[in-house]
Amino acid sequence: MSSPDATSLPAAADNALLRVDGLKVHFPMRDGRFWSRTRVSVKAVDGVSFALARGETLGLVGESGCGKSTTGLAILRMLALTAGRIHFEGEDITQRDTRAGAYRKRMQMVYQDPYGSLDPRMRVRDIVAEPLDVYRVARARRERNERVAELLRLVGLLPDMAERYPHEFSGGQRQRIGIARALALEPSLVICDEPVSALDVSIRAQVVNVLTDLQQRLGLSYLFIAHDLAVVRHISQRVAVMYLGRIVELASRDELYRQPLHPYTQALIAAIPVADPVVESRRPRLIVQGEVPSALHPPAGCRFHPRCPYVMPVCRDVDPPLVSSSSGRAVACHLHARVANASTAAAETPLPVGG
Amino acid sequence: MTEPLLQVRGLTTRFRTERGDVTAVDDVSFDVNAGETLALVGESGSGKTVTALSLLRLVPDPPGRIEAGEVLFAGEDLLKVEDARMRAIRGDRIAMIFQEPMASLNPALMVGMQIAEPIVVHRRLSWSQALAAALGLLERVRIPDAASRLNTWPHQHSGGMRQRAMIAMALACKPRLIIADEPTTALDVTVQAQILELLRELTRETQAALILITHDLGVVARYADKVAVMYGGRIVERASAGELYADPRHPYTIGLLASVPRLDGDAGKRLVPIDGQPPDLAALPPGCAFMPRCRLATAECSVRPPALRAVKTQHLAACIRDVVA
Repeated sequence: MSSPDATSLPAAADNALLRVDGLKVHFPMRDGRFWSRTRVSVKAVDGVSFALARGETLGLVGESGCGKSTTGLAILRMLALTAGRIHFEGEDITQRDTRAGAYRKRMQMVYQDPYGSLDPRMRVRDIVAEPLDVYRVARARRERNERVAELLRLVGLLPDMAERYPHEFSGGQRQRIGIARALALEPSLVICDEPVSALDVSIRAQVVNVLTDLQQRLGLSYLFIAHDLAVVRHISQRVAVMYLGRIVELASRDELYRQPLHPYTQALIAAIPVADPVVESRRPRLIVQGEVPSALHPPAGCRFHPRCPYVMPVCRDVDPPLVSSSSGRAVACHLHARVANASTAAAETPLPVGG
Repeated sequence: MTEPLLQVRGLTTRFRTERGDVTAVDDVSFDVNAGETLALVGESGSGKTVTALSLLRLVPDPPGRIEAGEVLFAGEDLLKVEDARMRAIRGDRIAMIFQEPMASLNPALMVGMQIAEPIVVHRRLSWSQALAAALGLLERVRIPDAASRLNTWPHQHSGGMRQRAMIAMALACKPRLIIADEPTTALDVTVQAQILELLRELTRETQAALILITHDLGVVARYADKVAVMYGGRIVERASAGELYADPRHPYTIGLLASVPRLDGDAGKRLVPIDGQPPDLAALPPGCAFMPRCRLATAECSVRPPALRAVKTQHLAACIRDVVA
């Protein structure tokens, strides 16, 4: 059984900075065959609900094509919603005009590719100040320059770097410039879409630390979209796991990593090697077979059932809803439907752990 | 003890660029035994891919040139053999698997033909015999419904299936050495695990040696027997995988291990980043390439690049602070 606010925070839902209810983003397209006139739709996001508290980081993880980036873009209204509602700072922004809405200043994005996301012909000053110019904030030259200097210092760059062009910076520095730009309008929500995955390994920690420091100083909320479960674990308080357009599990960080309930979450965590041969030699190998199917034709029933090691007859027919327990932990799996609904803690679940 | 299958000695590869000569691989030495997996670890620009290309003499010349060193493969110096002999070795005795399977498969040739091709070229079998062998190979890399996949085009396959096809092609002539350059970086994590498990199983079965090039310290920990850490074109540390993780000696290795968040680590703990950024090979400092980022650097570090020296048995590091105790 699912309740409408199955995935809301355990705390009062009104406290949430962002609430997403039943979000769907479908892309209509012709089907693959050349002569075909059949219209089909890619259900990139197909019924996603969650809430994000002020000052919280929610990790959104999953493999390519699971809909995590589309979810981020839809919240920013950079993509048209097919269905669902988005509440932000207590206001329903689903129908609001993105140009007129003051809300749009309050939510910003940090992109994955620090090379593609900065205009090579613009000076850093103009890149960072562009949001100010668009919203006509800090229009006096001195005020604008001061704001840019302040933002650059905030992300650990030097104010005199404002005169330079993006190509003079390394990947890590560019990502800091992107963060400074995202912070220009003093947002409350920053959606980070794979912010460190394009960076060299030794640089990632620098950017992760900048993000956590800024959160503490400015009370930011992050929706942290990534496929790297170790980075997500480091930065998030709660984590939502997506598979083929759906959230299949949502839990606090420690619960999720200590005892993943959904077989897909288990497989995902097991697939990631730990940088320690001693630990690795003791870890069970749970290699899930197959690959993510096309979002054009998602499997009937549970979308994970063709790859699931614990598949039951019911899984082939019935799509399991995301059911939350009283602790706020939610999972969409027939194995856990009964248990999660009861008031007993998830720890008592007879978990069929592999290996 | 028998001779290692591959012995690389003092390999040095330079590129002529507009900004002057760049030493992409500088005095690199290592051994790989049959049945063993050596991981070459490093960040972009560390020289790991150029090392692999140099072993097979695939460095584009010009602008690249292998300037010095020996690559002894089964007793034969690959840097000295004739071009024809080298072509006979590539794809037969030594196979390579690249990062981007779509870019390394011919989009205009059916998958079965591509897997059969090395068998036709090196074993001089007929196409029908080679295609029969290709079918067996596709089954071995566990491509479902292999018979019908022989006559498909690369674009009809997913990334994971293409990489399986690449592995099948690499295995076609039962190579003694497989070089895999970031074979799973372009793939999703669950598929990455499948491909790496498959590679490990197949190399164990055939007792082939594997050089695994990666930037992922987790992958190294799970799959490598030995590790060589590269930085700025040089190997800065070399040890068995167990030893390297238990007792890393080079400040770069130590820094790298501390800066990577772990699934089993203390989640709340602040990461310790390595300051600065990877070096520009065209403007390397005169001394140790890691010196500008090293917390322990002294004036002495800027004199000359430190040599790789034994810090323990079977454990070498290139840092002047560290010598045998």
